[in-house]
Amino acid sequence: MIYLELILGFLRVGCFSFGGAYGAIPLIRDVVLSYGWLTDETMTYMIAVAESTPGPIMVNLATYVGSSQAGFWGAVLATLSVVLPSFFVILLVMIALKTLLKNKYVQAVLRGLKPCVIGIILATGVYMIINNCIPFASEASVNFQAISITAILVVVLFGSKIMFKKKLSPIMLIIISAYLGIMVYGI
Amino acid sequence: MSIFRDLFLTFAQIGLFTFGGGYAMIAMIENKCVEQKNWISHDDMMNVTVIAESTPGPIAINCATFVGFKQAGFLGSLVATLGIVFPSFVIIFVISIFLDYFLEITWISNAFHGIKIAVGILILDASITMVKKMKRKILPFIIMTCSFVVMLLVNIFSWNISSICLMSIAAIVSLFVFVIMGAPEQKDGVGK
Repeated sequence: MIYLELILGFLRVGCFSFGGAYGAIPLIRDVVLSYGWLTDETMTYMIAVAESTPGPIMVNLATYVGSSQAGFWGAVLATLSVVLPSFFVILLVMIALKTLLKNKYVQAVLRGLKPCVIGIILATGVYMIINNCIPFASEASVNFQAISITAILVVVLFGSKIMFKKKLSPIMLIIISAYLGIMVYGI
Repeated sequence: MSIFRDLFLTFAQIGLFTFGGGYAMIAMIENKCVEQKNWISHDDMMNVTVIAESTPGPIAINCATFVGFKQAGFLGSLVATLGIVFPSFVIIFVISIFLDYFLEITWISNAFHGIKIAVGILILDASITMVKKMKRKILPFIIMTCSFVVMLLVNIFSWNISSICLMSIAAIVSLFVFVIMGAPEQKDGVGK
């Protein structure tokens, strides 16, 4: 049953999403692709939409997936499920477990989790970029349009970091990339 | 104005006006809850950020739950958490209804071909920043490298290994190393 799957899937995401906004993206991809809810393509579009709209990325993704799979109530259930674990963890921390996080064994577990999450996010980013330029799934060979857009975006991103000593905001980069997409692939 | 209504409206406002999630929201919450409303102290705000870092879930939501609970107990935390989620829920729900329709328009779908590439770069950029902030220790780097390689292979060959499985292994390895070798020396505070 789709409602139950949505609840279980997003509770899982909510429980394991260490490492901030980007930490949740590989997890959500995992869950969404394994249930076959969205294609990899739509998932990526939605990450961009979630980046460019207000609110935490992971909540936005949950709302979208829920809505696309089971309408309004799907969206409500998925959103609540993704928020619920962190809600209860904070309540627990405040009521009883303030010392738990200082416990040396808990600390040891967290010391292992953090670098692992970073590795997973890194792998997701690298895979997405390679997959755009040289698609693994399809027979199509090297995608030169994608490679040129990638190159321009990387130059823009790091150029702005060096020139203005300030990172380009994600929304700006997404706007530039949309413009490049229209220019390269045509209107 | 009742405290519940105040909590809901304040956090809805924070949820509505913060793009980019995570740390952008912290600044806004600090401004609203510490400076304007005096709901929590600056020290409390720092504490909750640290707790939020080591618990699952978006930091902004953790903060909302924390502030709500401090002000008005369980119900307060519920109201504040729902408040911060509400605006983006409405926006994304509306978008979800129209997205498929928009993607059928050629130039929009071409724009999304470009956007797709930006998303990959953004994720890579965020993770590089995280690697730079990591403590300069051997074990974290081994764990990071292993999970990077395995996850990349999993993606490329569509293996059936979830990231949760990888995280569990990393946690067990780290715990095991701690039990055998003891804690790493405690000089590092925040890392580099």
